Amino acid sequence: MDYFTVGVVVFPGSNCDRDVSWALEGCLDIRTKYLWHESSDLSDVDAIVLPGGFSYGDYLRCGAIARFSPLINALDEFVKSGKRVLGICNGFQILTESGFLPGALTTNKNLNFICDDVELDIVSSKGGWFNIGVEKQTIKLPIAHGEGRYHCDSDTLKKLVDNELIALRYKNNPNGSSFDIAGITNEKGNVLGLMPHPERACDETIGGTDGLFTLKSLILK
Amino acid sequence: MDQFAVKVFVRLRPSVLDPAGEATKSASIKLGAEGIKSLRIGKMIEVKIEGNGEKEVREKIDLLCDRLFANTVIEDYEYSLEKL
Repeated sequence: MDYFTVGVVVFPGSNCDRDVSWALEGCLDIRTKYLWHESSDLSDVDAIVLPGGFSYGDYLRCGAIARFSPLINALDEFVKSGKRVLGICNGFQILTESGFLPGALTTNKNLNFICDDVELDIVSSKGGWFNIGVEKQTIKLPIAHGEGRYHCDSDTLKKLVDNELIALRYKNNPNGSSFDIAGITNEKGNVLGLMPHPERACDETIGGTDGLFTLKSLILK
Repeated sequence: MDQFAVKVFVRLRPSVLDPAGEATKSASIKLGAEGIKSLRIGKMIEVKIEGNGEKEVREKIDLLCDRLFANTVIEDYEYSLEKL
């Protein structure tokens, strides 16, 4: 029997890969497989998570070097096939650098590395990332980043708004992001990038479970 | 093959806030420097590269700048080129 398997990508410098894997396996009973960044064979995974961390030491810009890995090169076909890709924090930065999502992420307005829990408004349920049996429209997730200020030009912002591609907005913008943006999807809805860490909010004993349904939605068709 | 020394300057676009530049401006004023109207921080990348003439080398550098050295969503670039 084939099990639905989520590939968790490991770059040199990734540090949330194990958290993501634990959250998926331990809290949701979803099988995972680590994918080394030099692998380009994605045939035996059904969805992919690009986890947080500091891929390639964040050299040049966050996500700029990771973009050229064999795995990211193979991702284009994977995304086109409609399979799901979730980029968390550094994963979101990689998705913007590689052009899967519009805009860019740069230095926080206050220059601080911010490690905190933040309240987020669910703006769009595009792709079903935030509507699994949850009635509430506000969630609380941890953030931990120094370069999470989302920036895009006004035309791109209009496109994001008009096409309902903004998934999450900060209630109290911590980093200076344009339009309080914390997470966006692509037009098809199968790619989500977000700065907050859903994998760190999957169990009451560590402070909340608001991240569960986003991870669980990886198995949606 | 000719060899060239290239200096690439990458800067945040004028419309993008530069918090590090603002912090450095603030420190500059605390140091006692007067008259600073604006201070923005960029990157300079030095490349030594071989190619068949300046045109070919410029094509290579344009590609590098556009695809790797700068993220053109938030950054501009320019470069100078010297034949060695």
